[in-house]
Parts: sequence; C-alpha cells; structure tokens
Amino acid sequence: MADTERDRRPDAIEYDGPPDYRVVGRHGVYPETNHDEVARFNFLAQMNRHLSTKIMPGVGEAFEARVEPGFNKTQKRDFKSRHEVRKALLKDPMFQWWSALRRATMETRQQAGRWVTLRQADDLNAKVAELTKNDDRLVLNPKFKQPRSTEAIDHHCMPGSYHTELVPGDVTGPANYDAGIFATTGGMLGRYNDGGGVAVAEWVKKTFGDEFKPKRILDIGAGLGHNVLPIAAAFPDAEVIAVDAGAPMLRYGLARAKSMGIENVTFIQDDVSDLSRFEDESFDWVQSTMFLHETSYKTMPMIFAETQRLLKPGGIVLHVEQPQYAENMPLFEQAMRDWDAFYNNEPFWTKMHEVDLDAWMKKAGFGDNHLIHGGVAAIVDKDVFPDAADDDSEDFGRKAAWHVIGAKKVA
Amino acid sequence: MTQTIDPIALAGSKSKGKRPWFLENPDIERVMNINLALIQEVAVMHERMDTIERLLERGETVSKASIDAFTPTKEEADERGLWMQEYIARLFRIIQQDREAIARGKEASSEDVAEEFAAT
Repeated sequence: MADTERDRRPDAIEYDGPPDYRVVGRHGVYPETNHDEVARFNFLAQMNRHLSTKIMPGVGEAFEARVEPGFNKTQKRDFKSRHEVRKALLKDPMFQWWSALRRATMETRQQAGRWVTLRQADDLNAKVAELTKNDDRLVLNPKFKQPRSTEAIDHHCMPGSYHTELVPGDVTGPANYDAGIFATTGGMLGRYNDGGGVAVAEWVKKTFGDEFKPKRILDIGAGLGHNVLPIAAAFPDAEVIAVDAGAPMLRYGLARAKSMGIENVTFIQDDVSDLSRFEDESFDWVQSTMFLHETSYKTMPMIFAETQRLLKPGGIVLHVEQPQYAENMPLFEQAMRDWDAFYNNEPFWTKMHEVDLDAWMKKAGFGDNHLIHGGVAAIVDKDVFPDAADDDSEDFGRKAAWHVIGAKKVA
Repeated sequence: MTQTIDPIALAGSKSKGKRPWFLENPDIERVMNINLALIQEVAVMHERMDTIERLLERGETVSKASIDAFTPTKEEADERGLWMQEYIARLFRIIQQDREAIARGKEASSEDVAEEFAAT
C-alpha cells in the first residue's frame, strides 16, 4: 500500500471538529446529494469552524491591542456604544478579513445549497406536492401579502428568503435551508436540525413537570418546522399548529413532518402579528424559536399581545433567542453579536437584542411574578454531533445555545 | 419532466439587500471571493481522491455510483476532517501570523537588527 499522507499522520492529534455531512438524517423529502455536493458542505462546515475558532479570536486580540487603545488615544475617552465599537472595528484589517471571509463563506454556502436543490427542483416540488395533496393540515392563503419584515431584505443572505417561489409549488428555498444549515452550524443542531426543539421539549418537561399536558400548541414563525417537530413528537397527544408567512416553508414542512412519521402538526400561512383566525384562550403553549429577531420593532409588541390573548389560563408562552444585550455585556461582545444584523441581512437583530423583553411581556399583560427565564443548548446525539453545551468556543450569535424568555398566563 | 429552473444561472443569485464590502479595495475582496470558491473546489477534489483511495483499499469497484454512495467510518471521517483542518490552516497561514504579530507587539525588523549587529 502506498505511503499516503494519512498513514504518516501522527496518532497524537485527536480530531475535534464537525462530523462528516453524511451523518445527516435523510427524511422523505430531503434533497439528494452526490459526492462532491457533500464534500462542499464538509468544506463549508470546516471553514465556518476555522473562522470561529482560529480567525475570530484575532478580532478580539486586535481590539485589545490596537482598536480600543487607538480610539482612546484619538478621542480621549472610552467607547460609548456598541455601534462606536463596530465602526472602529471596521477600520481594522483583522476585522475586515474575518468579515470578508465570513460573508463570502455564507454566500458560498447559499450557492452550494441552492445548486443542490435547484438542480432537482422539479423532483422535489413534485414529491412535496404528492405528499401534501388534499391534506387539510396545509392551509395556504394565495392572496397573502408578505409583511415588510420578511419582504424588505433576504434574511441571512438566503436568496429569496423564506417566501419566494421560483415556480408554483416551489420548495427549493426550505430544502436549501434544511440541507445547508449543517454547514453554518457545523452540525451543532443534530441529525434533523432538531437539537433546539429537542432541548426546548426536555426543558419544558423538566420545568413544568408531568402536570403540564398541553392539548394545543402554537409555534409562531415556524419556518419549515424543524424546531417544532421534536415538540410535536414529545407531546404526541397535542394538536400542534405551526404558523409562518412563507408558503414554501409550510408546504415543505408538512411533507417533511409526514415523511418523518409526525402527524400532529398543521401548517398555516398567516401573519403572526394578527392571529385573529384563532379564538381567545385556545392554546396551552405558544412557542417561538429563533424567530423574534426576524420580526420588527412595531410587530413584536403585537405578537406579545396576541400570545397573551391566545393563551388559556395556566398556559405558557416561550421565546427562544440569543441572549439580550444586557448592561453587563461588554460593548465589544455586543458589537460582535451585531455582525449578523448589519452584515448577514438580519436587520432587526440589533434592535431586538436591546429590548427589555421583561418590560414588553409585562406590557402585553403578563404578570410580573409570572415571567419565565431559562437557558437551553441543542441536544444532539453526542456520539456523532458536536455538543453545544460542552463547547467553549463562541461564534457570537450563532452558537446552538439560547436564552428562554417567557411567561405563564394566570387564571 | 422538464426542469423549469436553470440551476446554473440561479445557484449563485445575490440575496436582496445592499452587499457590505470590508476590505479597503473591493477588487481585492472580489479576488478573495473567487479564491475561496477555488479553495472549496480543491477541498472537494481532495475528498473525491480520498474516497477513491479508500474504495480501492476496501477492494470495492470505483465508479461514479460507488463514489456517490461511499460513507466513511467514524475513524475515516475523523481522518478526513483532520486533513481538512490542516488544509485550511495551511491556506490561512498569513492570518495566523497576523494574530501572532499582534501577540508579540512591537518587533524589530531584520533591517533594524542588521544595523545593530553592524555597529562597531
């Protein structure tokens, strides 16, 4: 046998990094991937890991060594806001190169996923059409007008965002999201990108105990349903309703859920700031997962008020998000967490994270003593996927570990 | 069925929203983007060659189908992952060295030291 490079590799180096893409779970409507398409996702997962663990720390080092001292020297004062920090960072080569590479990697990931799904668009669309045909668990509104918060800009550089249909019945957007998120997270969301939902379901069971038996669960801003399916699976007797503005997501979501054997979810197209289609006090649990940052300053209070109206007495609302920019969070960290807001098309991310969510929840009618706070990290098969809870690296805003803010509605 | 979407044209579509540019010279950032695409494709070719080698080692047929169907064992996947990390580290050496330069602070250049050593 040839003396290949791997034969010479020192045994001492232990591999610590993303698993091979081939460990992803392939449900019935998962796009097919050939060898080289898989290899592209493997490269991108590793590239993201390199960016977050080997290049991004350099931004912090440059900040301490020259950006902050330089600002202090010329301005004769400290930074006053995270925006000042970010603007100073923009002039530093380490931040510039990290940013240029991070943006390029995101765009490359989108291209890789779009290639995979667009080349098989007709097959994917037909498969989903067949699985969702005459199924009353898919409720679309052909006259639906996209809210400004989804229409203004393509979220996280995903061309077409969550709602665009290239052809009637298109699901290539969600299929791209589903197939490529492995590359962005390095596999941290687990086999079916469901590590977040699994964690939320377990957290709810642990926090509220066996006496919490939700009959009706509402997931708002559900996307393709990857976060709500584990909740539906954990509470199989519950009727679960997933609402989103994007028709392609909902179509794909129902087909995906059915192919995974999860039958208790209905996918409805609507604007979550006005859910007048549902009666007052008709849900035991309202959930949103990594969704609030994709709304707007004007709609967020409306969403909170709607959740208050929709909850039954004793019911709970939970929002899962990246941590808020509290006063004790250093301005540098806030500026780094703002990167996705300004440079990865997440425009509401920055303002959303400075909101006093407790105050907003109280304003929506939730009692002071009934607010809920917690934290969850993606739960995955640790033998195969990286464990976010165990990982001490920080990919500001992208780590699969989140805060929970919520409330219980009292009778 | 006729494919109604042109994947080559649309895979690389721009997302809606003005693109931010970070490097002082946008042309350098353009070249960097083209480079990153190439870096990716070299990684893809390497993974393909590695797959072929491993199929041969296993005594299996090498065909397009067997290459597409190949699944590495955990140990093999770790070896391939380690190669990729080593490859990426090699490519971005200059940024590693920029970080080390920050850590070292002010350093003498060889020219400075030459002067020093030449002092009589």
